[in-house]
Amino acid sequence: MSNSLDLPLAGPRRVRRTSPVLLLLSLRTLIALFVVLAFFSATAPNFLALETLILLAKHVSINAFLAIGMTFVVITGGIDLSVGSIVGLSGMVAGGLLDRGVPLSWFHVTLFPDVPVVIVVAVAVGVLVGALNGVLVTWLSVAPFIATLGTLYIARGAALLISGGETFPNLVGRAEYHNMGFPILGAGTVLGIPVSVVALVVVSAIAAYIAARTPFGRQVYAVGGNERAALLSGVPVNRVKLTVYMISGACAAFAGLIVASELVSAHPASGETFELNAIAATVLGGTSLAGGRGTIWGTIIGAFVIGILGDGLVMLGVSSFWQMVIKGAVIIAAVVLDQLQRRMQRRMAIQAQAA
Amino acid sequence: MSVAASAAAPDAVVLRAEQIGKAYPGTIALHAVDFAVRRGAVNVLVGENGAGKSTLMKILAGVEQPDSGRLWLDGRGVSFASVNDAASHGIGIVFQELNLCPNLSVAENIFLGHPSVRLGIDIDTGDHAAKARALMRRLEHAIEPDALVGDLRIAQQQIVEIAKALAQDARILIMDEPTSALSATEVEILFRVIAELKAAGVAIVYISHRLEELVRIGDTVTVLRDGRLQARAEMRDVDIPWLIQQMVGTIEAPATQAATRSDAAPLLALERVTLRNPHGGFLVDGVTLAVAPGEVVGLYGLLGAGRSELFEVIIGAQPDAEGSVRLAGQELAGLPIAARIRRGVALVPEDRQREGLVQSLSVAANLTLASLWQYLRGLAIDGARERGAVARTIRELLIKVSSPDVEVTALSGGNQQKVVIGKALLTRPRLLLLDEPGRGIDVGAKAEVFRTMRRLGADGLGVMFATSDLKEVMAVADRIVVMAGGRVTGDFLRHDATEERLVACANQGAAASAGMIG
Repeated sequence: MSNSLDLPLAGPRRVRRTSPVLLLLSLRTLIALFVVLAFFSATAPNFLALETLILLAKHVSINAFLAIGMTFVVITGGIDLSVGSIVGLSGMVAGGLLDRGVPLSWFHVTLFPDVPVVIVVAVAVGVLVGALNGVLVTWLSVAPFIATLGTLYIARGAALLISGGETFPNLVGRAEYHNMGFPILGAGTVLGIPVSVVALVVVSAIAAYIAARTPFGRQVYAVGGNERAALLSGVPVNRVKLTVYMISGACAAFAGLIVASELVSAHPASGETFELNAIAATVLGGTSLAGGRGTIWGTIIGAFVIGILGDGLVMLGVSSFWQMVIKGAVIIAAVVLDQLQRRMQRRMAIQAQAA
Repeated sequence: MSVAASAAAPDAVVLRAEQIGKAYPGTIALHAVDFAVRRGAVNVLVGENGAGKSTLMKILAGVEQPDSGRLWLDGRGVSFASVNDAASHGIGIVFQELNLCPNLSVAENIFLGHPSVRLGIDIDTGDHAAKARALMRRLEHAIEPDALVGDLRIAQQQIVEIAKALAQDARILIMDEPTSALSATEVEILFRVIAELKAAGVAIVYISHRLEELVRIGDTVTVLRDGRLQARAEMRDVDIPWLIQQMVGTIEAPATQAATRSDAAPLLALERVTLRNPHGGFLVDGVTLAVAPGEVVGLYGLLGAGRSELFEVIIGAQPDAEGSVRLAGQELAGLPIAARIRRGVALVPEDRQREGLVQSLSVAANLTLASLWQYLRGLAIDGARERGAVARTIRELLIKVSSPDVEVTALSGGNQQKVVIGKALLTRPRLLLLDEPGRGIDVGAKAEVFRTMRRLGADGLGVMFATSDLKEVMAVADRIVVMAGGRVTGDFLRHDATEERLVACANQGAAASAGMIG
């Protein structure tokens, strides 16, 4: 079924009728991935070393989490600009809970929740901001761009308010409070693989499954493709939209926890402009901003292309100014190629018909 | 098989298409087709769905470019790069699928391509409004020039589309299914306009599935079949059976009637169903109605009679509706659309592009969209079960498609309509609502759709279909309910109904509401 949803990783049935050029085009994100990998492994010393690649995956995982949530939103035809601020907010919530706890002034005690509780609360805050986005977009009919622009400021403001703009440093917890272990998220490993990378594999697999195989996933595509037709087919359009923003909020909050855990501190400004990277990865992965088209795997590959480009250029010593120019060019090229592929697919189908 | 064109004066041919070929994903639309357009005549083009009529028209109007073949205008070879290019040669077109900007006003749409401007930059809105009002008067419609097109019903939009073409003073005016959304009165007005244009020497190219219309107003007829030229003739030499013979190959027997069963316990019971018009008045006004299982009820009425709105109330797309909607005794009022579909109501909407199809999805995904819960295994869609249902539906409804994974936009109009119907049937409805199911589809596909409706009725489903086509409602329905101005104005068993009585009921209070209801 998934191959009818414009999967960049073409399945065998899709490949059958296509020309070599079209095949190359439809695999462009994957090819781009290999090209950047090959380029930097040739030019940057030690690029293909296991440690470098693991570090790379770790860097990518943060943007990839954001981009997974973003993909769901964009497929419905929306956009979520608030994810960067949610990264900051969830980190600050976690930092506050670990560093200062919950002061219960009536009882003159301060409650220090365990790390799992901290994680759940921080993610819940992200879901809450997402729910706010969803309510604004659906029942209050605010355009997604504006609604999430508003929550971008609100969430960032909230993150700053939590500490008065201060950083929560040294989030290692204390043995006597039973709240140690937060750094595991950012620094821990499972069989040598960072926890955040393992989490990325798990989350992206679940997300891809949801998108391709569940009724909810299909409804996400339908809402983005033709909202009115979806509504008349019994798709609960508002609920679907609300859910995608909540998913996006949850993904962003989780990314925020990883950032805070890696730094072992929570800074209220962390995550600024992350939303743009997430949108870039989503678009690079073949998701249409007009809605109705896109895949999770495409987005993951898109996130890796951007990540490798960034890390590789740093390793080569390219100035950060040039990095921005190159990143922008790659994003535009991706969209141009996407249009080219659509046009070509059409022409091929015609020729196949005429033959 | 083909009849040679009778020798018309060669100078009368203003536009000639020669050996035109065109292919799309999924179909070869045209195969070396010749077509001649005569001045001061109604040049009729007929054919089944996917026969290539709309494609040929789009090529004549510069919307599409032919893959092969040539166009001759006044004896000179021409090629049109765009609609504007064709328009500058005096060719105007009224599209079958409406091409209007819903966010702009009626006047803005009419003058979109050729605004009148002062000092070269300032749009003369007053002039636009006056001209638009004059055009509406000519078309005898009370549509305000500054009304938003998106707020108009589809039939009114079609009037705007016609006005848009008239505003360009075209020498050659192409009309692709201009009457498919119009009521009988509106069709008469349009025919008067066509006669005027004809007298003024305009060449009309006319496409319609309503054969009786064609025989009435056509001067020449060209029949396409499967993208090839099938026959050409003078209209006075031919009749409807000949047309059908040329289009389909064999003459279809009329749909057979099952015994009426209106005495059974009602499947659907509507009680004082009311829907207020936000601009004042009622869209649906106190409708009380019952449909028995196995009954095929035709809902006849003119434009704005409230038929589409009544269907929307039943399916739950109008949450502000009042009154009681019961399905087999169960109250539906207040339930969301999904819950009503689960309880057995399905709707085939009037506008398949805007309300029926998700264009970015495949045929398969469109078919199963409304019935996903049936293919669940755990939390996921069981691919095998879904593919089975899709294959079965494609087979049963004779949907012409190379693979279920093709995007639904690659299909012809009639096949797209079948996909929408298939989607409704896959929800295993007990009550099937079809809004203008025959709109814009050819004789063959129409017969198939109506046969399917009869079969579903025989299987015990309640079937309700809205139409503004008298012949259609008389041929297919067991019972005919007439609506006018949001109210039920007539309720006949088929054998009690006559065309005169139906028309009389449909016009009750219609004069007051014509063109007013948005």
